[in-house]
Amino acid sequence: MTVEEPIGAQLDAPAQNPASPDKGMFGIHGTGDVSGFGGLVRRRPAVADSPRPFGGYFDEVYDALEEAYPGFADAIEKVVVDRGELTLHIVPERIAEVARIMRDDESLRFELCSSVSGVDYLATDARRLHVVYQLTSMTYRRRVRLEVAVGVDGTVPSVTSVYPTADWQEREAYDMFGVVFAGHPNLTRILMPDDWEGHPQRKDYPLGGVPVEYKGAVIPPPDQRRVYQ
Amino acid sequence: MTQGYATERETTEGRVFTVTGGDWDSVTEAIDPLSNEKIVVNMGPQHPSTHGVLRLVLELEGETVTEARPVIGYLHTGIEKNLEYRNWTQGTTFVTRADYLAPLFNEAGYCLAVEKLLGIEDQITERANTIRVLFMELNRISSHLVWIATTGMELGAISMMLYGFREREYILDIFEETSGLRMNHAYFRPGGVAQDVPESAIKKIRDFLTYMPKKLKEYESLLSGQIIWQERTQGIAVLDVTGCLSLGITGPVLRASGLAWDLRKTMPYCGYENYEFAVPTAQTSDVWGRYLVRMAEIRESLKIIEQALDKLRPGPIMIADKKIAWPAQLAIGTDGMGNSLEHVAKIMGQSMESLIHHFKLVTEGFRVPAGQVYVGIEHPRGELGVHAVSDGGTHPYRVHMRDPSFVNLQAIPAMAEGALLADVIAGGASLDPVMGGCDR
Repeated sequence: MTVEEPIGAQLDAPAQNPASPDKGMFGIHGTGDVSGFGGLVRRRPAVADSPRPFGGYFDEVYDALEEAYPGFADAIEKVVVDRGELTLHIVPERIAEVARIMRDDESLRFELCSSVSGVDYLATDARRLHVVYQLTSMTYRRRVRLEVAVGVDGTVPSVTSVYPTADWQEREAYDMFGVVFAGHPNLTRILMPDDWEGHPQRKDYPLGGVPVEYKGAVIPPPDQRRVYQ
Repeated sequence: MTQGYATERETTEGRVFTVTGGDWDSVTEAIDPLSNEKIVVNMGPQHPSTHGVLRLVLELEGETVTEARPVIGYLHTGIEKNLEYRNWTQGTTFVTRADYLAPLFNEAGYCLAVEKLLGIEDQITERANTIRVLFMELNRISSHLVWIATTGMELGAISMMLYGFREREYILDIFEETSGLRMNHAYFRPGGVAQDVPESAIKKIRDFLTYMPKKLKEYESLLSGQIIWQERTQGIAVLDVTGCLSLGITGPVLRASGLAWDLRKTMPYCGYENYEFAVPTAQTSDVWGRYLVRMAEIRESLKIIEQALDKLRPGPIMIADKKIAWPAQLAIGTDGMGNSLEHVAKIMGQSMESLIHHFKLVTEGFRVPAGQVYVGIEHPRGELGVHAVSDGGTHPYRVHMRDPSFVNLQAIPAMAEGALLADVIAGGASLDPVMGGCDR
């Protein structure tokens, strides 16, 4: 009769559970820093294609654009319906054409370009710079978002010939994100001084700031403070 | 020529004068009118008539403006970038400082965007929505009062400035009574409002409702029949509907050209569909029409305020979800709003769980599911849009404010070129630009 020895009873015996390179000793993921001092960590927003039907007026808008625009299939990258809003991801080279159809077609009539803004998806999208156009149809009281994505060296055709209001807004997107709008009449900085270097709202551009001392304790600048993950 | 007064120097661009005021004669004397028909004038950025730090580069032929180029950015404070380093609740304290004459609208636009991202629009309590409407309309009046005050001053009616600011102070007192601050309140928070309206403020609002209509009549008897006011505003800085839409101009300027586009009616939010009010329009497309529209809008806002007061029922002012609602019961102390003493006593002395909960929500904040939304609201100057992007974390990933001042200022060349220099002031003022909002 042999007595089963407990594992690990002998010196130099292999451990029952070899340490996983992912989990570490205590089943921790990543760096194991739970203090929140691990720096800014950004999650990847998952953007998935939405299936038909989109619901509401979104199907009508989609079909009307498909009918009015011959190059539709090549121009649409993705359709996302989220939180009651329709986003059409457009091939950058086609954005001005799509905008013109969106404005002029009888069944679309997006007369007003409410807003143009940039977003920098650093490290989550190879074409990290996105430009987002919010179109408003006053006739049908609808809103649609167009979105294009380019890399740092890419250019986006300017929509100023369709929507003159985009003039300053594209200048702001250029100033803050460095998106180059081809065909813009006067693509210069607008909020920052003309001789400024860099594009301040890019994610790899530091916020800046100085530490503040109060009664002996030092509070670091906002971009170096701890953040919860 | 007196030294230090309209000093001149030669440059490659031509002769440059430094003009500090009252010395126009010395400039015109020094220029040969036959060989130098055109001069370029830098109006601003420090000029009392340009509403803050707006700079206009004007090319003049005599008194006629041949080219106008607005230059902005002097008040850029990086609000959008700063938001990315604060949690979602702290964001209200930043956005409120953008357009400083309409702080509650900035907060409302931002909070509605965060609430849409969280998917909690339906959980905002009735009372919170009514308070939001009530305060936004008060703020609309105070903003329009500053417009009538400053525009009056710029067109020669100095007394109008005193009256406009006097009545605005009344509204700011109401704000102070409620939020602890006259401006930059951070009163609207994601999930509701920071704290309830005290009875004393309700009484003040009721008093204001009887006080303001009389004052409006005074303004109109001061201005409307005034021949100088009429001459300076009628037929000046005309921009029709086509011009407005292509340049993205919204708000009173668009409505003064005849299109009744008001987001409170066309795409309602905060329960505006339950209020009875008209959307005033004018057909003249000029400064005069914008004056009429704004005066009528003040009256409509008074109607909405009265209805909101009647709708105000006791109830919670914050969302019931304890993972979003700020746990503290706030109270107004001598230095503004802060945690109430009862709450401090509770978390420090009685309940460890409350302390932990308070600490986590205040320091860490709540997480917002990844995605993006755009919310547009009717600001006193037009459509204020907030485009908010979340990556699922406790901080905004990106917030963009489509500020109406920024977009509307693009209309200055269209209105000023070909007109007289003095009309640039009237036209610019009629857009009601606030540079804090424009430059953010």
